[in-house]
Amino acid sequence: MMKFQAFLIKYGEIGLKGKNRYVFEDALVRQIKNALKTAGEGKFEVSRINGRIFVHAPEDYDFDLTLSALKHVFGVTGICPVRVIPNRTPKGIAEAVVDFIRENYERFDFTFKINTRRANKAYPLGSMELDALVGEAVLEAFPDMRVDVHSPEEMIHIEVRKEDIYLYSLVFKGPGGMPVGTGGKAMLLLSGGIDSPVAGYMISKRGVQLDAVYFHAPPYTSERAKQKVVDLARIISAYAGVIYLHVINFTDIQMYIYDQCPHEELTIIMRRYMMRIAERLAVSSDCLGLVTGESIGQVASQTMKSLLATNEVCTLPVYRPLIGFDKQEIIEIAGNIGTFETSILPYEDCCTIFVAKHPVTKPNLNIIRRSELLLKEKIDTMVEEAVAGDEVIVIRHGEAASVERLRG
Amino acid sequence: MEYYLDNAATTRVFPEVAEHMKNIMLEDYGNPGSLHNIGFKAEKHLRSATEVFSRLLKCDKTEICFTSGGTESNNTAILGSVLSRRNRGNHLITTAVEHPAVANVMTFLEGEGFSVTRLKTDTAGRINLDELNEALTNETILVSIMHVNNEIGTIEPVEEAGRLIRKKVPECLFHVDDVQGFGKLPLLPGEACIDFLSVSAHKLHGPRGVGLLYVSKRAHPKPILHGGGQMGGLRSGTENVPGIAGFAEAAERVFAEREAQAERLRSLRIRLLEGLSDLEEVFVNGSSEPEDSAPGILSLSIKDIRAEVLLHALEEKGIFVSSGSACSSHHKGPSATLRAIGVPDWALESTIRISLASDTPAEAVSAVTEALHELIPLLRRYRRK
Repeated sequence: MMKFQAFLIKYGEIGLKGKNRYVFEDALVRQIKNALKTAGEGKFEVSRINGRIFVHAPEDYDFDLTLSALKHVFGVTGICPVRVIPNRTPKGIAEAVVDFIRENYERFDFTFKINTRRANKAYPLGSMELDALVGEAVLEAFPDMRVDVHSPEEMIHIEVRKEDIYLYSLVFKGPGGMPVGTGGKAMLLLSGGIDSPVAGYMISKRGVQLDAVYFHAPPYTSERAKQKVVDLARIISAYAGVIYLHVINFTDIQMYIYDQCPHEELTIIMRRYMMRIAERLAVSSDCLGLVTGESIGQVASQTMKSLLATNEVCTLPVYRPLIGFDKQEIIEIAGNIGTFETSILPYEDCCTIFVAKHPVTKPNLNIIRRSELLLKEKIDTMVEEAVAGDEVIVIRHGEAASVERLRG
Repeated sequence: MEYYLDNAATTRVFPEVAEHMKNIMLEDYGNPGSLHNIGFKAEKHLRSATEVFSRLLKCDKTEICFTSGGTESNNTAILGSVLSRRNRGNHLITTAVEHPAVANVMTFLEGEGFSVTRLKTDTAGRINLDELNEALTNETILVSIMHVNNEIGTIEPVEEAGRLIRKKVPECLFHVDDVQGFGKLPLLPGEACIDFLSVSAHKLHGPRGVGLLYVSKRAHPKPILHGGGQMGGLRSGTENVPGIAGFAEAAERVFAEREAQAERLRSLRIRLLEGLSDLEEVFVNGSSEPEDSAPGILSLSIKDIRAEVLLHALEEKGIFVSSGSACSSHHKGPSATLRAIGVPDWALESTIRISLASDTPAEAVSAVTEALHELIPLLRRYRRK
């Protein structure tokens, strides 16, 4: 016999007021369905019953894959595997609960509480009586267990329904946040580093759909560096759903800046052009903001003054979810979401290749603007060409991702 | 047009070899250890491959042991002789420029308590025989010296070394890693007093995953892979019959035109060097004498250009080279060989390796010469300041 036949999905209370509740729940159900496509061939049924979401598993399914898929759905705060048994007598229920405990725990010395919920009001026994009857049976079967109605270590839930009975107690933690699709769309500036994938994850966690842009600078950055970014996008897409990754060839622009502008301003001016291009892509794909992995003071281009300089060229808001994080805190999240190992692969990205030994840390806006005037002859055409040469890679749902080239 | 100039990393399999292997996989698929006729047919391929190599190496058939490639051959030779001779002595000699498949085995053994002497080289990467002579003691159980350096192409004096070792410490065994030299330069283990010779199939247009170890009759190494007792007990595991047959087929083809090819590649290499001679601050690693180098390997250090960038820029022009051997895709860190020959620090990051093979067309030389003339000045304009 299968151990669990369904999952009860717990979700947060945020945004549950009034009409928002349905928007939130619809999006959550949609995202759960999408995520379950990565859990194997079988057909899962996702249903809303009495304001709760249940996932019913097919006959033959992979528990670990399913749990992992559900753990990647933003908006889910907890996942309870449910055993579904046919309707039976109170004594039968008590036996089933004893079996359930025996199969799902390793030690039998914890405090517990039975919590019965009767959807089927016609059931011969009331909730309280059923609690008492099952509790006694459990105490009899496991002499070292104790009842604690105030703060039990384990809460054993029984739901008596018309057709069947649900038993559940284990709760696996979900990622929290809001279901993707409830918060609009944003354009992530994705490099191969540690920070930007984490920034993407965090914005996506607030229900925001992601597109991403990567600046490629062949021959200074390699195909493997690009593949690394695709792999990172793939890992984030396990949470964020579909990601359109725009690959922009940035070599000519970079060279031109190198030729024309003071070397210590190269990084700032380069980043200003990246922001400009990202914003153009964002606008044309209905994004409502840009996302970067910047954190104050981490490198020369992320001082307050540098941020002011790069921010200046955008009209869309720039979201910087890591702005107050220490590197170690970012690394910890990267480790948890599984991007760290990929991020530290040793391929150079285009931000570091020409970096000056002593880049400006307090750029003066007037001087930067004046330096950019040195680019005026060709830069607009170059930006046009870069945007026109945009290669779009569509990345879907983590492991099951397919990468397809739209053009380019 | 594409020019693959990374033949020291691996070569393209000869089409005839691939065809031969495919037929064996589909038709003569038996296990040579099986008594029935399908097994016997497979065994025949194994026998004829053994015959091919015993002919090419002028050795006994029992002295050929097929392995999974260069790394396994090196490990078997070194670990196998250490296992069988540790009661005779504790000292090993190798060089500072070996491939990791030898160098890291030595480091491992050092950690296990053996004492290891690493012979230094001159700036061309060549060891000094006097130094070898001095290092040899009655405690020395094994000497391991490569024939051709994989990064810079330098030829080591293994024949002289072999005779020297045999004369001074007759019971000491001598291993030669010939992965880069076999099929390119003549070397016969019997004549050079070599006890072990490692060879890999994929460096000579054969398949990946096959190699051989020549084991002299007096060596008696202990096996490091135990099991069904194949290869006279030295290397257990069902024989890779299609791979071994493909290896033999490739080796026969390579040997048939070995001298002509060596001549041709040597002249291509000289032409390449001439073509690049007007480039400023481009330095050749290894010996400047063409006779001291493998015909197909050329290592260049190019000032003020990162090797990886030049490699990708050449790639855009359809020319595929290697970055020194320093930065392979799974290992970053400066090359031990370049360090050992004492190149300046900048060169560790700025060295490319061009390696030719029998299927390299002559026009590849002009293509790469032209590309380097175009790219080097261009890339030098853009660098970290």
